[in-house]
Amino acid sequence: MAKSLGPVKRKFSPWTDPAAVPFIRFENITKRFGDFTAVDNLTLDIYEREFFSLLGPSGCGKTTLMRMLAGFEEPTEGRILLQGKDISGVPPYRRPTNMMFQSYALFPHMTVEKNIAFGLQQDNLPKGEIAARVEEMLKLVKLESFAKRKPNQLSGGQRQRVALARSLAKRPKVLLLDEPLGALDKKLREETQFELMDIQTNLGLTFFIVTHDQEEAMTVSDRIAVMDKGVIVQVATPAEIYEAPNSRYVADFIGDINILEGTVVATENTPGVVRLDSSGVAVAVEQECQVVKGDQVAFAIRPEKVRMSLDAPAETSVNAVYGEVWDIGYLGDFSVFLVKLADDRIVRAAQANVSRLVDRPVTFGDMVWLTWPRDAGIVLTR
Amino acid sequence: MKSSKFDATVLTLGFAFLYIPIIILVVYSFNASRLVTVWGGFSLHWYRTVWSNQGLMDAAWVTARVGLLSATIGTVLGTLAALALVRYGRFPGRMLFSGMIYAPLVMPEVITGLSLLLLFVAAGIDRGFWTVTIAHTTFTMCYVAIVVQSRLLTFDRSLEEAALDLGSPPVKTFFTITLPLILPAVLAGWMLAFTLSLDDLVIASFTTGPGATTLPIKIYSQVRLGVTPEINAICTILIGLVTLGVIVTSISMKRTELRRIRDEHVAARNAT
Amino acid sequence: MAETSATTTHASPARWLVVAVPYLWLLLFFAAPFFIILKISLSDTAIAMPPYTPVFQGFGAIRDFFSNLDMENYLFLTEDPLYVQSYLSSLRIALISTLLLLLIGYPIALAMARAPTTIRPLLVMLVILPFWTSFLIRVYAWIGILKPDGLLTLLLQTVGFLGPNDQVQIFRTDIAVFIGIVYSYLPFMVLPLYSALEKMDNTLLEAANDLGCPPLKAFWKITFPLSLPGVIAGSMICFIPITGEFVIPDLLGGADTLMIGKTLWTEFFGNRDWPLASAVAVLLLLALVVPIVIFQNQQKKVV
Repeated sequence: MAKSLGPVKRKFSPWTDPAAVPFIRFENITKRFGDFTAVDNLTLDIYEREFFSLLGPSGCGKTTLMRMLAGFEEPTEGRILLQGKDISGVPPYRRPTNMMFQSYALFPHMTVEKNIAFGLQQDNLPKGEIAARVEEMLKLVKLESFAKRKPNQLSGGQRQRVALARSLAKRPKVLLLDEPLGALDKKLREETQFELMDIQTNLGLTFFIVTHDQEEAMTVSDRIAVMDKGVIVQVATPAEIYEAPNSRYVADFIGDINILEGTVVATENTPGVVRLDSSGVAVAVEQECQVVKGDQVAFAIRPEKVRMSLDAPAETSVNAVYGEVWDIGYLGDFSVFLVKLADDRIVRAAQANVSRLVDRPVTFGDMVWLTWPRDAGIVLTR
Repeated sequence: MKSSKFDATVLTLGFAFLYIPIIILVVYSFNASRLVTVWGGFSLHWYRTVWSNQGLMDAAWVTARVGLLSATIGTVLGTLAALALVRYGRFPGRMLFSGMIYAPLVMPEVITGLSLLLLFVAAGIDRGFWTVTIAHTTFTMCYVAIVVQSRLLTFDRSLEEAALDLGSPPVKTFFTITLPLILPAVLAGWMLAFTLSLDDLVIASFTTGPGATTLPIKIYSQVRLGVTPEINAICTILIGLVTLGVIVTSISMKRTELRRIRDEHVAARNAT
Repeated sequence: MAETSATTTHASPARWLVVAVPYLWLLLFFAAPFFIILKISLSDTAIAMPPYTPVFQGFGAIRDFFSNLDMENYLFLTEDPLYVQSYLSSLRIALISTLLLLLIGYPIALAMARAPTTIRPLLVMLVILPFWTSFLIRVYAWIGILKPDGLLTLLLQTVGFLGPNDQVQIFRTDIAVFIGIVYSYLPFMVLPLYSALEKMDNTLLEAANDLGCPPLKAFWKITFPLSLPGVIAGSMICFIPITGEFVIPDLLGGADTLMIGKTLWTEFFGNRDWPLASAVAVLLLLALVVPIVIFQNQQKKVV
C-alpha cells in the first residue's frame, strides 16, 4: 500500500471525483489594470463545502481574484460560474456571496447589532426574523452581551468576530475572507483559526480565503492554491503542497527547504531511482518523475527530514553528505544547523531537541554527517 | 531648552498682532464717545443705533438669506465635486474640472466678480438677490469641494464595498454609509461657505443689483466715510456670531474626540 | 490593487450626474465668464447700458464677431503709463508682502510645530479664528489704529515717543497697505508652513545633531529644505490674491498707492469703461497664470 502524505483532516475530497460538479468555476480569467496583468488566464474549480485558500505574496493577484468573485472587479476576459451560472455583470449587491474584509469594514456609526442586521435589512426581511437571525449570529460568535456596542468600543478580536457574524448573517453560498486573521496577534490568531474551521463545518458553507500567511492556509484549508504573478502554480491539499511541491517556487514559498541544483545522471525502474549529481554530491531519489539523463533539475529536502550525526552512516542505501557545522540557530523545540559542504554550499538540518540534556552537544566547527532516506526529498523539474 | 523661550516669545507677539486690533475694535464698540481715541465710558448706545438702522437691518437680512442659500447649494455641489474628484478616476475633462475647483481659491475677487457680472449682463439677467447667490455658490462650492475631498481621501472604501456586498445598491449605500461618515466634513464645508458668503464684499459688489445690498457692501460704503462706533458695533456682532459658531463647533468636535478616546479605553479593557 | 475603483464597471446615469452637475455649474459660472470677459475686452466702449457694444448678437452675427474685435483697449493699456505702473506696483507690493509674510509667518509656524502636542490644536485654532472674521472688519480695525488721530498716535504720545502735536503719518501710505496685507494674509501663510513643519520627523534633527551638525546649521540643512513645499504653497496662496487685492489698498492706501485691483474697480465703477476693465482683468489673469499653475501642481502633489 502506498504511504500517505501527512495526516488526513477529514474525509472530504470532491476534487478527486471526476463526476463532481464544481461550485465555483473561474474559467480562463484574465484581469488587466492598464498595462499590468493582475490575473493571467487562470482556471480554477472550487467545490461546495470546501475550505479553500488562495495563498501568495502580496501583489500576486489573489485579492483581485477574490474581488472579481465578490463583484467589485469585472474580469477583462473569461467568466466566473457560480453553480453553473455565469455571474459576469451581476453587481456585488446582487451576488449570493458575502465578504469579510481585511480591515473588517465595520460601519463605525452603527452598533454591533445594526452592523449584523445591515445585510438582512437590504433583503427587506420582517423585523422579527432579522432580530432572530442577529441573535443567532451573536450567539455563534459569542458576543451576545456586546450587541449595543459601537465597533470602536470593541477589541480587535471582537471586531473580527462581528465582521464574521455580519458576513455570515445572510447565509451566503460562499463566504469570502480577505486576510481574515491578519490583524490579530499570534495567540488569538491560532485560536480563531480553529473557530473558523468549526463554523465552516457546522454551517456547511463554502469558504474562500485569501492569505499570505502559509501557516494560516495550512491549518484551515481543505485545499490551497499557491499563486504567483497572476497564475496558479499549484492547487493541492496542505500536505501535498508541503511534502510534494510541484516547483521550486512552491517549495521555497512554503516553509523552510534546502534546494540543491543538479543534473540527472541515471534513472532506474519506475517508480525508480533518480540519481543526480549536484556538483560532486551524488543524490539518489525514489520518486515517480518524468526525467531523463542529462536534465537540469533541483533536489529539494526539508531541514527536518535531514538527520545529523557525528558518526558515518552504516547503511549505504541512504544519501549522506559530510560537512562542517557553520552556524547554529536554537529555537527551543528545534535547533537548526547550517552545515557547510566541501563545495561551500550550505545544507540546513533541523533537529528536534527531544532531550533536555545531551552528552556531547554538536558545536561550531564539528564535522558531521547529514543523512536522509531516498524518499525524504523530492526532484523538482520546474 | 533655549529655543522654547524664543518660541514662546514669537507666539506671544504673533498672537498679539493677530488679536489686538480685533480686541480694540470690540472694546470701542462699547465706547460712549463718538471719538475713536477718547474713552467716554461704557455704553450700549451704538448697538441700539444699529438695531434701529433699517438700512443695516435690511442688508443683514439679505446677507443672511444669500449666505444660507448659497452655502447650502454650494455644499451640495461641492460635495458632488469632491466625490467626482476622488471617486471617478480619470474621466474626460478631469484636468479642466480640477482646475476649475482649485482656481477660484486663489483667483483675485475682482476678476471673479467682473467676469460673473459680464455673464449676467450678456445673458440679460437682472442683477439682484439671485445673481449674488449664484456668484457666492460658485466660489464657495470650491472651498466645500476641497474640505470634503480631503475627508474622502482618508475614507475607507471597504466600508462602502461591505455595504454593496451585503446587498445595498450604490445610491442607498451613499446615503446610509458614506454620507453619515463624511457629515462632519460636509458641515464644516457648509460653515466655511456660509462665512465666506457673509464676508464677501468684492464679488457681491459686482453681481448685486437694486434691493440686494449685502451687509459688507453697506459696511464698506460707511467705512469709506470714516471710523464710527456704529460700525464697530456691527462688526462686534458679526465677530461674536462667528466666534460663537466656531467655538460651538470645536467643542462638539472635542466631545466626539473625547468619546472616541473613552471608547478605546473601554475596548482595551474588554480585550481579554 | 485593492484601491482600484470598485464600481467603475457598474455605470449608471445617476452616477454621471455626480460629475455632470458641478461640472456644468462651473463651466457656466466660472469658465464661460472668462470667455465673455475676453470678448468684451476686445469690444468698443459705448455710452449705454450695458456700456459696451454687444459683440454677440444671435447666431447670425457670429460672422461679424471677429471683424468687430480689435486690440484697441489693450493698446490703450500700454499707452497710458497708469496701467503699466499699476501692474508693476501690484507685483511689487505682492512680492514684498509675500516676503514679509514668510519672514513673520515662518517663526510662528515653527514655534507652533515645536510646541507640545497637547496645545497644538489650540494654537491652530487661534490662527484660524481671525480668518473666520470678515476680511473687511479686519482691515477696518486697522483704520482706527493707524489714522493720524488714531490709537497708534495716542499710544506713542502717551509713552512720550511723539510730541503732543505730532501724529503718525502712515495711514493712506504703502506702509499701511503692507501692514493690512500682512495682517489679513498671515493665517494663509502660517497654516501651510505649519502643516509642512508639523509633519517633519523630529528624529531627523536629532540624527543631524548626532552626526555633529549644530542646531542652527541643522535648521538650514534639514528643516528648511523639507519645509519648502509649505513655503511654496503659502507663498502662492498669498501672492496670487494679493496681486489683485482691492479692499486693502482702497481703505488703507493713499491716492498714490497703485494696485491693479483698485484700478480695475475704478475703471468699472468710476469710469464705467467695461471693455477697458475687462482688458485689465485679462492681463491680470495672464500675469497670474504661472503662479496659479504652480499652486495647482502643489495642491495635486499634496492630494
